[in-house]
Amino acid sequence: MSEERTPGFNTLAIHAGAQPDPSTGARVTPIYQTTSFVFDDVDHAAALFNLETFGNIYTRITNPTQAVLEERMAALEGGTAALAVASGHAAQVIVLHTLMEPGDEFIAGRQLYGGSINQFGQAFAKFDWTVKWADTTDAESFRAQVTPKTRAIFVESIANPGGIITDIEAIAAVAKEAGVPLIVDNTLATPYLIKPKDHGADIIVHSLTKFLGGHGNSIGGVIVDCGTFDWIGSGRYPSLTAPSPSYHGITLAETFGNFAFAIACRVLGLRDLGPAISPFNAFLILTGIETLPLRMQRHCDNTLQVAEWLSGHDKVAWVNYAGIPTNAFHRLAKRYCPNGAGAVFTFGLKGGYDAGIALVSNVQLFSHLANIGDTRSLIIHPASTTHRQLSDEHRERAGAGADVVRLSIGLENVDDIIADLDQALATV
Amino acid sequence: MDHDSYTDAYIRDILVRHRVIAMVGASPKEQRPSYFVMKYLLTKGFQVIPVNPGHAGKTILDQRVFGTLGDIDRPVEIVDIFRKSDAVLPITQEAIRIGASVVWMQLGVRHDAAASLAEEAGLKVVMNRCPKIEYGRLSGEIGWAGVNSRVLSSKRPILGPKGGQQRALRADD
Repeated sequence: MSEERTPGFNTLAIHAGAQPDPSTGARVTPIYQTTSFVFDDVDHAAALFNLETFGNIYTRITNPTQAVLEERMAALEGGTAALAVASGHAAQVIVLHTLMEPGDEFIAGRQLYGGSINQFGQAFAKFDWTVKWADTTDAESFRAQVTPKTRAIFVESIANPGGIITDIEAIAAVAKEAGVPLIVDNTLATPYLIKPKDHGADIIVHSLTKFLGGHGNSIGGVIVDCGTFDWIGSGRYPSLTAPSPSYHGITLAETFGNFAFAIACRVLGLRDLGPAISPFNAFLILTGIETLPLRMQRHCDNTLQVAEWLSGHDKVAWVNYAGIPTNAFHRLAKRYCPNGAGAVFTFGLKGGYDAGIALVSNVQLFSHLANIGDTRSLIIHPASTTHRQLSDEHRERAGAGADVVRLSIGLENVDDIIADLDQALATV
Repeated sequence: MDHDSYTDAYIRDILVRHRVIAMVGASPKEQRPSYFVMKYLLTKGFQVIPVNPGHAGKTILDQRVFGTLGDIDRPVEIVDIFRKSDAVLPITQEAIRIGASVVWMQLGVRHDAAASLAEEAGLKVVMNRCPKIEYGRLSGEIGWAGVNSRVLSSKRPILGPKGGQQRALRADD
């Protein structure tokens, strides 16, 4: 039997999941902007509602444009299946809703994106899910938080905005020992830079809003099922292994095998909680993904030059970018993301809080806004914006102290990016 | 023959060439995976003959149940085994005896000695796979559920006989 070729990453980024439209021949995936889909006949309708066949009922649960995005993300991450949802936050809610029961716990690295810290600590408390914080840079601190109620461990592959490159394999070993899935938020790295599955992740989430969509025009999120966790063997996840009352008593893990987690997220979490992605957003994000490898490399190349330039500037106290050889995370960066350490990093101004405010006020090319992963270069002062709601302690721990400025380096000419920072720093 | 991975062409060829499947271990319970698979394969135009000694003479999905493979009154092409791995050997021997062309073991089911026996007798063998998932994967239909089909194609998908959302396999890929 002849060997089948395994397509490369660039090829998957363009083709995975997308065949020409069967009725019109349209080559680009159409935007199926419809709420609902007619059934072929009564039996087909019944089979769809019973999960006995694959197909579309209603765009809150499946949609053909969304489906192409899902298959593409599953392919790029090397997973078995994926589920696209309205935002990265929605992805996190649905993942945890599928894994947790009231009273359960999960462990998360405390150096997360500020929005995730709020969601985990505040909103999830209302579901009686308890987050236990650990130190992303210390796998042992995760082990210390494991209890019989632990149901998952959650980390970011590259922490936002602290510039930490996570030793995913060390934390995966803790998760394996505890018998719980490791969830990795791979938003800042994208699968172009890091493939968490290869390092032991069981579930991957993304904000598609950032580098995957890449153009700052659409909010979206995705859950990728790596197909690696043994739900039946564990027996601690009733959403997957208990007979499902809303589906005639079927057991999802038994029926859907190694993509059962993605199905459970869709047919329970998304069906009942409702944060569906719009087909138009799915289309724009798909278009963005086609150029992900090219964009991501340029993002990283520009970022390294900007970080090195800032390191030599006399108003800059420090630069935290793992791509720089003297950085504490450089060794982990070389191991986990040899093509680049991402395009988001922080630096400190000797002038502190006021200098940060002055800098974001005086940039001309950089946009002062609360997003990352755009074609455009972006700047923010976390202490006065994204991390404003956190306590001083959480801010410091998240790498968002008073003097910290976060940059997301875009795809402009790097000389123009540096020139803009140069003129704005002159006003500080 | 490598049973750790199969090429898409090998699986597609089996599903395109054969129409008559005997499903050993078919269940009348509608929440069981075998029931799902049987129902799906019937909609794809396969004849599916349930085999289950506890239900012989009754019907599952309007198809008459036989007690053993040897009792079936028609030629069988694929024997799909929905039983634990340790039950596979005698079923495979019976599959060879009745002149089947393919022995197919469901997800989680694998018996290498039985596979060798079947291959020596000229049968094709698939282990640890589900025909429903494989049909859905190779036709592109499984993509509706966000599943990674691992198939890249610049050709239009083929619609099933009823059109609409249902897709079919093409023989020439």
